[in-house]
Amino acid sequence: MKIPAVLLLEDGTLYHGFGCGASGITTGEICFNTGMTGYQEIFTDPSYYGQLLVATHVHIGNYGIYEAESQSASIKIAGLVCKSFNPFYSRKIAGSSIQEYFIRENKVAIEGIDTRSLVRHIRSRGAMNAIISSEITDTDTLKKILLEVPSMAGLELSSLVSTKESYESGDPNAVWKVAALDLGIKRNIVDCMVARGMLVKVFPAKTTYREMKEWSADGYFISNGPGDPAVMDYAIETVKQILEDNQPLFGICLGHQLLALANDIPTFKMHHGHRGLNHPVKNIISGRCEITSQNHGFGVDPEAIKQSAKVEVTHINLNDRSIEGLRLKDKRAFSVQYHPESAPGPHDSRYLFDDFLLMMQEAKGVGVGG
Amino acid sequence: MPRDNSIQHVLIIGSGPIIIGQACEFDYSGSQASRSLREEKIKVSLINSNPATIMTDPVTADHIYLLPLEVGSIVQIIEESIELGRRIDAVLPTMGGQTALNLAKEADELGVWAKYEIRMIGVDIKAIDLAENREAFRNLMGEIGVKVAPSKVANSMLEGKEIAQEIGFPLVIRPSYTLGGTGGGFVHRKEEFDAALDRGLKASPTHEVLVEKAVLGWKEFELELLRDSADNVVIICTVENFDPMGIHTGDSITVAPALTLSDTGYQLMRNLAMLMMRSLGNFAGGCNVQFAMNPETEDVIAVEINPRVSRSSALASKATGYPIAKIAAKLAIGYHLDELRNQITGTTSAYFEPALDYVIVKIPRWNFDKFAGADETLGLQMKSVGEVMGIGRSFLEALQKACQSLENDAIGLGADGKHWKRSEEILDKLQHPSWDRIFRIKDALTLGVSINTIHKWTYIDKWFLEQIQELVTIEKEVKKFTLQTITAELLLQVKQMGYSDLQISHLLGNVTEEDVYQQRKSMGINRTYKLVDTCAAEFGAATPYYYSTFDTENESLVSPRKKIIVLGSGPNRIGQGIEFDYCCVHGLLAIRESGYEAIMINCNPETVSTDFDIADKLYFEPVFWEHLIEIIELEKPEGVIVQLGGQTALKLAKKLSEKGIRIIGTAFKDMDLAEDRGAFSDLLKALEIPYPDYGVALTVEDAVAVAKRVGYPVLVRPSYVLGGQRMRIVLNDDELEQAVLKLLKHMPNNKILIDHFLDRAEEAEIDAICDGEQVHIMGVMEHIEPAGIHSGDSSAVLPPFNLTYEIIDTMVAYAEKLALELNISGLINIQYAIKNGKVYVIEANPRASRTTPFIAKAYQIPYLNAATKVMMGVKKIKDFKFDRKLTGYAIKEPVFSFDKFPNVNKELGPEMKSTGEAIRFIKDLFDPFFRQMYKEKSMYLSK
Repeated sequence: MKIPAVLLLEDGTLYHGFGCGASGITTGEICFNTGMTGYQEIFTDPSYYGQLLVATHVHIGNYGIYEAESQSASIKIAGLVCKSFNPFYSRKIAGSSIQEYFIRENKVAIEGIDTRSLVRHIRSRGAMNAIISSEITDTDTLKKILLEVPSMAGLELSSLVSTKESYESGDPNAVWKVAALDLGIKRNIVDCMVARGMLVKVFPAKTTYREMKEWSADGYFISNGPGDPAVMDYAIETVKQILEDNQPLFGICLGHQLLALANDIPTFKMHHGHRGLNHPVKNIISGRCEITSQNHGFGVDPEAIKQSAKVEVTHINLNDRSIEGLRLKDKRAFSVQYHPESAPGPHDSRYLFDDFLLMMQEAKGVGVGG
Repeated sequence: MPRDNSIQHVLIIGSGPIIIGQACEFDYSGSQASRSLREEKIKVSLINSNPATIMTDPVTADHIYLLPLEVGSIVQIIEESIELGRRIDAVLPTMGGQTALNLAKEADELGVWAKYEIRMIGVDIKAIDLAENREAFRNLMGEIGVKVAPSKVANSMLEGKEIAQEIGFPLVIRPSYTLGGTGGGFVHRKEEFDAALDRGLKASPTHEVLVEKAVLGWKEFELELLRDSADNVVIICTVENFDPMGIHTGDSITVAPALTLSDTGYQLMRNLAMLMMRSLGNFAGGCNVQFAMNPETEDVIAVEINPRVSRSSALASKATGYPIAKIAAKLAIGYHLDELRNQITGTTSAYFEPALDYVIVKIPRWNFDKFAGADETLGLQMKSVGEVMGIGRSFLEALQKACQSLENDAIGLGADGKHWKRSEEILDKLQHPSWDRIFRIKDALTLGVSINTIHKWTYIDKWFLEQIQELVTIEKEVKKFTLQTITAELLLQVKQMGYSDLQISHLLGNVTEEDVYQQRKSMGINRTYKLVDTCAAEFGAATPYYYSTFDTENESLVSPRKKIIVLGSGPNRIGQGIEFDYCCVHGLLAIRESGYEAIMINCNPETVSTDFDIADKLYFEPVFWEHLIEIIELEKPEGVIVQLGGQTALKLAKKLSEKGIRIIGTAFKDMDLAEDRGAFSDLLKALEIPYPDYGVALTVEDAVAVAKRVGYPVLVRPSYVLGGQRMRIVLNDDELEQAVLKLLKHMPNNKILIDHFLDRAEEAEIDAICDGEQVHIMGVMEHIEPAGIHSGDSSAVLPPFNLTYEIIDTMVAYAEKLALELNISGLINIQYAIKNGKVYVIEANPRASRTTPFIAKAYQIPYLNAATKVMMGVKKIKDFKFDRKLTGYAIKEPVFSFDKFPNVNKELGPEMKSTGEAIRFIKDLFDPFFRQMYKEKSMYLSK
């Protein structure tokens, strides 16, 4: 029999549904992703840490869970809201069902929700905290719990999802070495670099530039991750030092925001963010368009960037003209707001990893194309 | 790059008559393209021989040429454009299917485009050749590293046999350059090979086939792509075939978005599709790519690529809301995707990939009953004549809505008390898929056959089978209750799984559809409406394209304006095709012109009427009572138009009338009078109008007695049918007995009509408009073929070529009398037989007919517009000035698809078999085409 469960939003909006996954209570900032594939990759993306994810695709779980496709070692979303949570799956290589997976990871989900109305609500009212409960359904109690949940703005979360110890990935004898600052890095970012022949050493979030430098990397990578970039002084400082030392730098998502902050361009909390696999981006340097995978609730201030003498815009969002990519005018550093490693999502932007490699080669004075 | 300003006048080539494999989806794409170009102030000339299309209407294009799709016609159009100082500078051949492409290629080979300096846009001939030539395609895939099924090309029997030996069985034979898989097929055993190879070679215009290893049972996916001239590519839609490899995609049940595909698998296909499209050439426009995936290993192979808009792109447009043909036309004139807006949201970019927060299920509609002796097994060659699409917030809801849309008496997926119970018969049906496989799968599960067993027989993905199993499970639960005891929670759950009230009434027993409806309404279980918005609600959308579900929020806000609902004609089938969509579209436009809000209800994804900007509001819903009544309760329209959507719409008139809902135009009781043979004959008698002697029978004995009285030959038919369904001409008691028994078996308790058949009579018909006071004769048509061939299969000549003035006057007088006596408000079609100088009325149809669009096109008069305004009561006939612009004659020529059924003879009779029609204008009766037709008029007569 189905267990009744509720979803209560900070503004008092209440949805009734059915509990699935583990039973219990979970809280977080509610956000939605419009992707139609890749639920497992989304659940395990550390950037979703502390968030309740609304899947707009109506069937979740159909092809089960295939461990190799996880983007980190565990489910990072705080909870899942969906229309239909399917314990039955069909995929030969999959190892377990979504139900087994959620139970194993002790994650709470709610199904039977009019997710479309919920998305319309978030779209008009903006991101807010929410609570899912399949245990207590008394709204007054839930409201009290919800009051304790801190706002995403001003929250530092990277150190909670970052690796505790540094580790290497790739061929130990590789020519090109990349030091990656793990603020919540997705597995496929490392894989994309390794696939291009790079050796990647992943460092814990609070590693200083000096510590990383000892490894003598050819380039530095600042990863994606959860939380508000504006309060991440330690990481902003690391980025500043990398730039000061004229080292090649590539940033993705949170890494992009930190690169902006390190150049005195502020970030801001977006109304409800961009999360999906279909966001149109134009590379205004090459003129080419790319369909991108996105997951961000903070953005880079478009006005400040225009005023900046050091930074220029390289990519824009074709829907809302927001800043999707930037580069430094006089240094080897660039970043994008979206996820070129995708997983899930289109592979249109993988060229950015090639660009990063090229940048490291140029920095070393290695001839390009000859 | 903004649009290329050197393009000022474009020629669009249509797809011609409807045949199996090429249906009204090309009316949709051609109409969209034309409107899209005209938005850019580009003049559009349009050639198509199909008069039943919206694309060939003055509302769509600037200059319309209803000419045969031949190079000669193209030259004629070009020269006329030069003469009249409106030179055509480009041709867009991608909107009219294979027919248009072949014609464009032929004209190209003959140097027509070069001679007149006309650019071909939106296509690359080399790309088409590459895609169509199986050997070249295979080689290209090899070059770019895309895997395909092992295969080789054969141009002779000998070559073919050698290849078969090498590849082994099962294998597939695919003829080059054919449409809808004509002549192709699977060969499971060596013994079947020679005959199959011979058929394949003969079907190919180049005497060429591909012999290919069969990847039976692999999962099948289709991607719809759009590319601009800057090489930006987007995937508009991914469609998963419920029926795996082995059944033509046009004959497969399909689902969007893909439901059993991981992101890894999907991105692999996305990358391959883009690579394949780019490898074909540099054209800007739409493209469809099909893949097969091995479910064990997830290996992917490319099946085919079609660098043009297609049936699949029409479906993808309706499935996502993204108007592919409209955007493809803009790309063809130079625009880049990032320069265009998403037409649904109006604010975001056209360069994006739609996100769906619902599921669509497409089910094909077959008409095997029209082709006695046809092989009903589905395979590589497409056999369906139409399709429906269901939209829901779950796979099951969408599936059941699609079943409710089919108009084959299904009221959902089963649960109608008609399920099969013999497992051998069911398993045979699973193994030899035909139109009813989806229904038999449910029957098998109901009998307790396991998902694994069904999967083994059908290869259908277990996820889908498990979903259907959920229906079986919940039905058992529901059956424990009565209408009084069922809980609101369970009833809501059942409704969310797509069950109709009628199905639930069968499950609960001893209650009616109405009882269930009232009960759930009292429990507050109501339909809510959601928007198809391309973006899963991420952005606001203003386009009023809705579907129903049972969720909490209703997005369909009711305006304070006066509204009229037009009921569509559902899936295309023989006897009811695109012509009714033409009528509906004109009805909608006339309603809007009259200051009312026009609301469309239809479920056919191929049509123009279901385009999101034709009506003020579109409900993409089954034309099924329950869906209709809830929309009416929400919208509270002034009334409903049932005259334009063929028999589908008309048959809902009774219930509407019982519920006190106003029918716009002729009242139900008057329509019923025309349909009720007994009452209608009494009326004819009273009006002193001759009619063939007839009788009504409920049993074989009655029938024989009636036949004796009226005299053989007699015409036997059930009441209330479409396109002469199950109608037979019989000569003696034995034949009569057989015919009646067969009818009673299929339609128990039907009143059987037996008419004296006027042997060797001539047939003629009239379409007219009546406003209650005045009757306007739209057209008098004389059939070339003698009586005995269904009017839809007859060649009709407008105006008559052989009837005397006296006879025509008599026909007109009868039509006027009948229309006024039947209180017709709107349209009526009357069929006549003329024998020995005497005019008989055979039947009257109180609605738009198959010939209404033909007359409108031939005379160049917007008759449907006028008729709609008359039925609304906003105009009288005297308010219009009808100015006929026809010199000579127009002939409506039926077109058949018999080549899809090699075992079926072309034999014509009272049951309609043609799938489409063409119009041909002739100057006079010396026209050689007409002479030929006249000479052959009795050639295919079955009796």
